[in-house]
Amino acid sequence: MVKKAFLAGIPLALLVLFPLAIKNPYVLHLLIMSLLWILLGQSWNLLGGYTGQVSFGHAAFFGVGAYTSAILVKSGLSPAAAWSGLLLGGIMAALLASVIGWICFRLRGPYFALSVLALSEVLRLVAVNWKQLTNGAEGILYIPAFTSKAYYYWIILALAAVCFGVIRVVMRSKLGFYFLSIREDQDCAESLGIDTTKYKLYSLLISAFFTGVAGSFYMNYLGFIDPGIVFSVHDISVMMILVTMLGGVATMWGPAVGAVLYILVSELFRVWVKSGHLIFFGVLIIVIIIFFPQGIVGTINQWRSGRRQRRAAVPKQEAA
Amino acid sequence: MSLLELKTVSKRFGGLMAVDNMSFAVEKGEILGLIGPNGAGKTTIFNLINGYFPPTAGAIFLNGERIDGSKPHVVCRRGLARTFQVVKPLARLTVLENVMASAFCRTDKREQAHAMALDATAFTEMDAWRDRPAGSLPLGMRKRLEMARALATRPELLLLDENFAGLNPAEVEKTIEIVKKIHGSGITILIIEHNMRVIMAISHRLLCINYGEKIAEGTPREVADNQQVIDAYLGVASA
Repeated sequence: MVKKAFLAGIPLALLVLFPLAIKNPYVLHLLIMSLLWILLGQSWNLLGGYTGQVSFGHAAFFGVGAYTSAILVKSGLSPAAAWSGLLLGGIMAALLASVIGWICFRLRGPYFALSVLALSEVLRLVAVNWKQLTNGAEGILYIPAFTSKAYYYWIILALAAVCFGVIRVVMRSKLGFYFLSIREDQDCAESLGIDTTKYKLYSLLISAFFTGVAGSFYMNYLGFIDPGIVFSVHDISVMMILVTMLGGVATMWGPAVGAVLYILVSELFRVWVKSGHLIFFGVLIIVIIIFFPQGIVGTINQWRSGRRQRRAAVPKQEAA
Repeated sequence: MSLLELKTVSKRFGGLMAVDNMSFAVEKGEILGLIGPNGAGKTTIFNLINGYFPPTAGAIFLNGERIDGSKPHVVCRRGLARTFQVVKPLARLTVLENVMASAFCRTDKREQAHAMALDATAFTEMDAWRDRPAGSLPLGMRKRLEMARALATRPELLLLDENFAGLNPAEVEKTIEIVKKIHGSGITILIIEHNMRVIMAISHRLLCINYGEKIAEGTPREVADNQQVIDAYLGVASA
């Protein structure tokens, strides 16, 4: 146990110390964006991957988190104080989630996925039109608190690590077993004493909280948001799904692998082919879905468990 | 007081009266067999008892408390577990994880759920299959997993829905042994079964239904000799 903690500690320590060695802001920016997407992918994965409740509208929670922070700054708080929006953004997103989840999770099937999609579009329109609060389509702009990217790097690293840790602990507890049971068969889960409506809601609350925190960080880091960016269906909601699918749905490391690949591939091609660079990420997704439908980490896990199973003797049909 | 009691329970699906004015009781400590031709309404009765859907009319009592209208997870926590005729393994979890998920019904601690799941898999003699994904099990083992999972919720009353269907003769013998062992541990059993040899051998009492109505109730011998039951299964000879 101690040895294991130590082994996990080394890469984490390297990650923490990284900005002291590499001062290149562009490299740090790519790492910050990767970590942000790891956080987003993890959040979506808990609900969509482990609990089986696919959401097409997580931008709703991302946007609410971002706007919570932005409105805090706009209302006169100093940019440093706006970091309190990190927690508040998560809480606002979770509050919103509790309403939509409470309504939709009594039903099964596509209702939740589609309601959340609609919700994120409704919120985008609200953000465009409620000008006193949001500045409408002009968006909200402010000067970020720190000039050095290293601080942002440490903050998002901590957030991603906490999210990773929370999901790991959850998935090893009763809650995790209940999430997986709900994904596999809701009728069966109910008959085993699982209040499916309640536990789907729990999963959504955790997921929405971290998505809101990510949105709030995004605002604090980039210093500018508008409704089209943070409530975007294709840049946020769908990308959260794609990043998770690329890495491996319902795997611990899948969202991390997917997020890093997403940032690397899109940056690489952005530099190389300029406009239309996202086409290449799209092609990558198509290839992965056709040939490795479990995603990268999912496929590796499958290989390994396949090898283990071939080595282990198959139990004999028992004699009566 | 009976452990389970149905009082004038009916269930209507549109124009079809699936269960019609059904009353019967399950006494503590017995094995009650529920038989009837295909489509007689046996599984519907299970679905009503377990809360999968509410009855159109009537009331259901478990230990004297009304449970009709409660959701299945509530009914389960009150001490009533069931198996499904069409098996529902949590396919991507291992056998042990399947049983752990149900053991969490009685504990919040992982270690305890793990220990309870080990007990339940040992009790149903599934030890060798513990680490296999449930989706890869052969049918006989899937049926047995249903039992292990139901047991792990520590029920007072267990509803078994055709756990013998599709088993080979050796598996049938084994399952009879396990059902008797479950009963021996103090669990009351209500069982649906088509295999007459099995149901005659293990039930204390039998209840035969047809078209949603009770047509006979009594010892296995009495029910088997009942003319209405014979007619229901074999049809009435035309003159």
